[in-house]
Amino acid sequence: MGYRKVAVVGAGMTKFVRRSLETGKELSFEASHMALESCQLTLDQIQSVVFGSAPDAFDGVHMKGEYISDGAGAFRKPYMRSYVGGGTGVFTPIQGWWHVASGMFDTCLVVCEEKMSPCQPHPQGAFLTIFDHTTERPLGPNLLWIFALEMNRYMHRHGITEQDIAQVAVKNKKNALDHPCAQIGREVSIDDVMNSEVLAWPVKRLDISPVSDGACAIVLASEEVAKRITDKPVWFEGVGWNLETAYWTNRDLYYPKQVEYAARMAYEMAGIREPRKEINIVEPYDPFDYKELHHLEGLLLCDKGKAPELTRSGVTARNGDMPVCPSGGLLGVGNPIAAAGLMKICELFWQLRGEAGKRQVPGSPRRGLAQAWGDLMQVGTVVVLGR
Amino acid sequence: MGIKLTERPQAQASGMETLEFKGTALSDEEFKGGKVVTVSGAPNAQYGWDAGVAIGRFLHELKEGRLIGTFCRSCNRIMVPPRMFCEWCFRNTDEWAPLKDTGVVNTFSLCYVTWDMKRLKEPEMPAVIEIDGASPGMGIMHLLGEVDPKKVQIGMKVRAVWKPADEREGAITDIKYFKPM
Amino acid sequence: MTEEVAIIGVGYTAASPVTPEVSYREMIYEAAVKAYQDAHVKPKDIKSFVCLSEDFHEGTSIFDEYVPDQLGAVLKPVHTVTGDGIHGLIEATMHIQTGLMDVVAVEAHSKASNILTPFHIMAFATDPVYNQPLKMHPYYIAGLEMNRFLLETGNTREHCAMVVQKNRQNALDNPVAAYGAQVAPDDVLQSRPLFAPLSKLDTSLHADGAVVMVLASAKRARELSDHPIWVKGIGWCSDSPSLENRDWAQAVYARLAGDAAYRMAGIRNPREEIDLAEIDDTFSYKELQHMEALRLCREGEAGLLLEEGTADLDGDLPINPSGGTLGTGFLYEASGLYRVLELVLQLRGEAGKRQLAHVNTGLAFSWRGIPTTSGAAIVVSNN
Repeated sequence: MGYRKVAVVGAGMTKFVRRSLETGKELSFEASHMALESCQLTLDQIQSVVFGSAPDAFDGVHMKGEYISDGAGAFRKPYMRSYVGGGTGVFTPIQGWWHVASGMFDTCLVVCEEKMSPCQPHPQGAFLTIFDHTTERPLGPNLLWIFALEMNRYMHRHGITEQDIAQVAVKNKKNALDHPCAQIGREVSIDDVMNSEVLAWPVKRLDISPVSDGACAIVLASEEVAKRITDKPVWFEGVGWNLETAYWTNRDLYYPKQVEYAARMAYEMAGIREPRKEINIVEPYDPFDYKELHHLEGLLLCDKGKAPELTRSGVTARNGDMPVCPSGGLLGVGNPIAAAGLMKICELFWQLRGEAGKRQVPGSPRRGLAQAWGDLMQVGTVVVLGR
Repeated sequence: MGIKLTERPQAQASGMETLEFKGTALSDEEFKGGKVVTVSGAPNAQYGWDAGVAIGRFLHELKEGRLIGTFCRSCNRIMVPPRMFCEWCFRNTDEWAPLKDTGVVNTFSLCYVTWDMKRLKEPEMPAVIEIDGASPGMGIMHLLGEVDPKKVQIGMKVRAVWKPADEREGAITDIKYFKPM
Repeated sequence: MTEEVAIIGVGYTAASPVTPEVSYREMIYEAAVKAYQDAHVKPKDIKSFVCLSEDFHEGTSIFDEYVPDQLGAVLKPVHTVTGDGIHGLIEATMHIQTGLMDVVAVEAHSKASNILTPFHIMAFATDPVYNQPLKMHPYYIAGLEMNRFLLETGNTREHCAMVVQKNRQNALDNPVAAYGAQVAPDDVLQSRPLFAPLSKLDTSLHADGAVVMVLASAKRARELSDHPIWVKGIGWCSDSPSLENRDWAQAVYARLAGDAAYRMAGIRNPREEIDLAEIDDTFSYKELQHMEALRLCREGEAGLLLEEGTADLDGDLPINPSGGTLGTGFLYEASGLYRVLELVLQLRGEAGKRQLAHVNTGLAFSWRGIPTTSGAAIVVSNN
């Protein structure tokens, strides 16, 4: 029994900001409303809603999915909230995909929200309890530690330098200058990154995406319905998700195997044999600059340890052979965790339809990939979309 | 299930430039200066987690100044932290495996900020330490100490520095940190 | 349904007020081992895993991190839903319907005993601006709802007390249930008032436990199982999260979820076509409210069914033969899987002393508890 074809037919997002006036519910509403308007649907034509958000501790509400539900348009509808840590933003559209692909529904509204700013005195507080409560938390770890530990291991295994990695921050923050929702689009140099404050060596201030509030939404439809809604549906071609062990100190962090597994699952479904040739735009997860490189390798888009060369030679620039994070990524647009992942799907939707404005990559791209990652550096989520 | 669609909508007037994005940024001043009204509260969320068989024994051994792992005969791995089941082979582990309190730095960081972004004068030095006696690559997270931050390297051999026996309570912090050998 | 789906394996631990001997990982591992054995599968045969949890029930942010190892799910498609176990079964069903997965495992657990401040945490789920500043014990919400429900439907506190009597009595014959007891209706009526009309014995008690279930496509189910239990219908729904605007008398979420499941299962007259029901009874009145919303009786007549003994083990439509949540315990996300577990055991003829005669089609329904208006329904059948 095969699955039904599923299309993205509409997209919406809010600006990503350090601290929004709007509540999480209101951000969810604004993104959902914009997505529905973009395809001229009304809420009564939406048969199911899926919602993605990472830890509850940000919003300061237990059972956040329940609290947000009416803001996400789920009133009296089948509604489901999933989470796979930082991978959530690319996972939730996959969940929406099976709501439609399974034949259960013809339409599904996919909403991702994160409002990090309510968590005081600093949103990092929500991450203090991601560590094992008995064997790790008593050591007082913070989130920067695990990124720094992974980045150091990655640099060490391949002889990659901090300058190599800083190129990504330079590229993505610059790309974000053209994104109307971006929080910190700007021109910075490699020296700026290198000279920025050392937080957790090798991680420096400008290696990192900001704390953000924001929401994104997309509308999914079955093939028959999608064709009645729009001339330019963007199709799901492949989906993949994968979770590595929670015993993260037992893994070699230099390579994200779970991202490879998720990518292979998506490629197989999409019939992609040579991803380096067959994928035109990539939106890998870039909460830290080295993560973009790490993920390009995990996605099999370059050899292990070779991602810095792609960046150096301009291949991943917006007008390069394989544009990577033309949106500006999390480093530039901002990082409201789950919403940031879905922002990448929105970007592919606009790019593949030729509607990305100043950010439009040349050459009428036919196929794009979005990827996210998270938890204890253990999740990979991948979506391949095509025209 | 049928979806009622009205007549087919017009194709979008394409392009970012026509889109209006919502979302209102509040400045620090507006927020902290009380120009917007806020409510605040803190959850009273307290837990007492059952350590269980494997971690229960691990904590007990820490109190005695020892590290312990478990052995899976099927994949031949000695694992730390110990578990009662092997996640690869999906079977019960076979034996307890006493480990040394020495190891090798697999990766490390020099962290100059607290979680709420306050500056530290001396960096905290978290590391993943592969424990001697466990299978290659089997590490635990802990801190490094008694070492110049500039001299810390991946591959460095380290030894646990324990709290005095009468101060140990059966916690991962019974090891103060690991220092170079 | 595009692809038929069946439950082919169940594994569980007995619900218990405390479980100091095992960690959550070890508890889930036990349930998983049993489920896979029951389903005649190994972890490598399982294509995806669905887990249910909420961060604040675990005391861990993004708890989805900690699920793969004890399920044999390392480097597999795994995801976590903040829903009840029945939401998990629904996700698994859709996975299989896509044709992408042919065997899927669902896990839910409760380590309620590890939560030292459960009611503070429950209150933390209410609106942070409107409700949390009131600093009330969250059971006020049940008191408000019970009051309005009884007023509008004509059901009585005595009817609610009969629910408690029935379910805790049923639990005495269920080795999985933690709170079997002989409770007289008067005991309930005279127990300590909490938020009147809600009294102490109208409420369920927390318990620890884990359940894992294995679902499969029709082809794989027939290969692997001698007695697959077929998923005939699924439905789920969330009503308003707002206390200010919700319907306080009717369980609209249950009506919509149930109707969707019945429609899919081709059930026109639930009262006639359902042989047994395991439906949420986190509070005594909830069983009555859910019976009516799920069309197991006419509105206002749930109490009559209790009076007539229709819902008893030897009645025409046994409700919560397992003892329900009042008898088994409130197990957070796992509550719904304990309801479905009873259906599976009854339909297989493995329910021991509580075995019902001539049961073929069962309904399970879960509610996510205070302060939510989210519920999920599943109809399962022997054929």
